[in-house]
This record gives sequence, C-alpha cells and structure tokens, in this order.
Amino acid sequence: MDKLISDLKTQIIAQLNLQDTKPEDIGDDQPLFVEGLGLDSIDALELIVLLQQNYKIKLSNAEDGPKVFKTVKTMAEYITAYQAQNS
Amino acid sequence: MPKQNYISAHCVITNNTVYKNGQALFQFTEKDLSSYLIAAYRHFDGQYPKFFKMDNLSRTGWLACEVLLQDSFDKAAYKPEDIGIVLSNANSSLDTDIKYFETTKTMASPAQFVYTLPNIVIGEISIRHQFKGENAFFIFDQFDAAFIQQYVSNLLDNDILQCCICGWVDVLDDACNGSLFLIEREKSANSTIFTEENLNNIYQLQNG
Repeated sequence: MDKLISDLKTQIIAQLNLQDTKPEDIGDDQPLFVEGLGLDSIDALELIVLLQQNYKIKLSNAEDGPKVFKTVKTMAEYITAYQAQNS
Repeated sequence: MPKQNYISAHCVITNNTVYKNGQALFQFTEKDLSSYLIAAYRHFDGQYPKFFKMDNLSRTGWLACEVLLQDSFDKAAYKPEDIGIVLSNANSSLDTDIKYFETTKTMASPAQFVYTLPNIVIGEISIRHQFKGENAFFIFDQFDAAFIQQYVSNLLDNDILQCCICGWVDVLDDACNGSLFLIEREKSANSTIFTEENLNNIYQLQNG
C-alpha cells in the first residue's frame, strides 16, 4: 500500500501539472479537494483519466467519486480492492 | 468632440523577451515556449499555482496582464464591473485544439479540453483579478489597432467601462505574442493618448 500511495502522489502531480508540489507535500489523509490540495472539478475528471490510464479502472458509478477521490489513501484503497476483486 | 482616453501602461511578450513600457525585463533563449513562460512566471514571482495548469495561450495572456498591472494599476479606484478586457489574435485556440485532438487518440484530456476556446484567457485573467466588466475576443489576420482603438473607445466613451485591458494574445507551436495595453480615461504621469497610431507604434516597436 505504501508503494501504491507513493506512486499515486507522483502520478497526481504529473497528471494535474502541480509543478510547485512535491510528493512529500501531499499527506496520505489530506483532502484532495477544496481545503486540502485545492483541486477542482476538472482535476476530478483528470483523476478519473489517471485511474483509467494507469490502473485500467473505469469508475462506473459517478456517485463513488467523492468517496474514492477523498484522499490519496482512499484512492489507493479503492485500487487495491478493485485489483483484488478482478485478479 | 470625441473624448480622450489614455494608454497608461503596456506589456509585450515576444518569443524571447518580456517588455514593460518599452523596457526589456526578462529574456530567455531556449525555444520551448512552456519553459519560457514558466521561467518568466517564476522571474516575476508569480504566486498562482493554477498557472501551471493553463495552456500556453492563457499563460501568455495571464503573464502579460500580470506584468502590465504590476505597479501601474490602482484596482481599488474601480468597481470590478467597470474593468473590461478586449483581446484578439490570429490563431484562436488552435495550439491547444491540436494538442487536445492528439489526446483523443488515446484518452481525451479534460484539462486540455477546457482551453479549446480562445476567450478562456479572458476568464483566467478575470478570475485572477476579479474583473467583471464587458469582455470580447476577436479573431483577425493580424493586430488591428484601428479596430481595437475604436471598439475600446466606444466602451469607455459610453460609460460601459471605466478602464480596459486590450490587445493581442496569440500562440501557435513555440511562437507567442502577448501585447497588452492598459487603457484608462484619466491621464497619468507616463501615459500616452489612446490612438491607433500609438497602439501600432508600441506594438511594432517590440514585435518588429
């Protein structure tokens, strides 16, 4: 899980062009949106693309978005659960 | 007798130099436009993380506006709805349209898609400075000082705006040109009269 969280942080920075942010600046439990990393609705779409491109995961239910993309940790947990279910 | 308006300040971003009121403030020799604009952003101490997410057209316009207004503009003197933006260019958002089209071959990028309209640069500047006045974006073959002068004068002379940022912001591949003018109704220490000739002179001087 730690490796996945670390990879996700690097991928998020690259995908969202967060050039002044380093992986260590993003806390595992730090909210990604609004008061945390300050991501917006376009970033949310980019995170969906990130899941699809890097993990072959299609978020089928849009209502899952806020739960899945709450923090880097919740993203990692979702990916891990998905991969366990589909392996 | 027509009312007189004034060019209070001007900023020109060419392919390798950023000028403010005719003075070169920053130069960059590498050809990559993104690197140039990011280097200029850092040089002028930009504190706006969203800059990195913008396309090069918005970066050019945003940066030119930042330099234009720095130490030259008393925002508090105006209501947000009295400050407008009138821009123009030749290539619309083609630079980003092409980049976005490339992404559609694999995974369409939402972040690129939102910049596939030229007037998004006006939105980025407006969000940054909280401007809420009249705005417009025109496509011409080349910088048309006569049209800009007439259009902006009309907005000012009819009290639709009290102040306007206008000019040319164009990007294609690694070529950029951001030439912005701050137009106000009151004369200030270093202002020049807002005429077609003065607009053209300033534009030609830095753009050759």
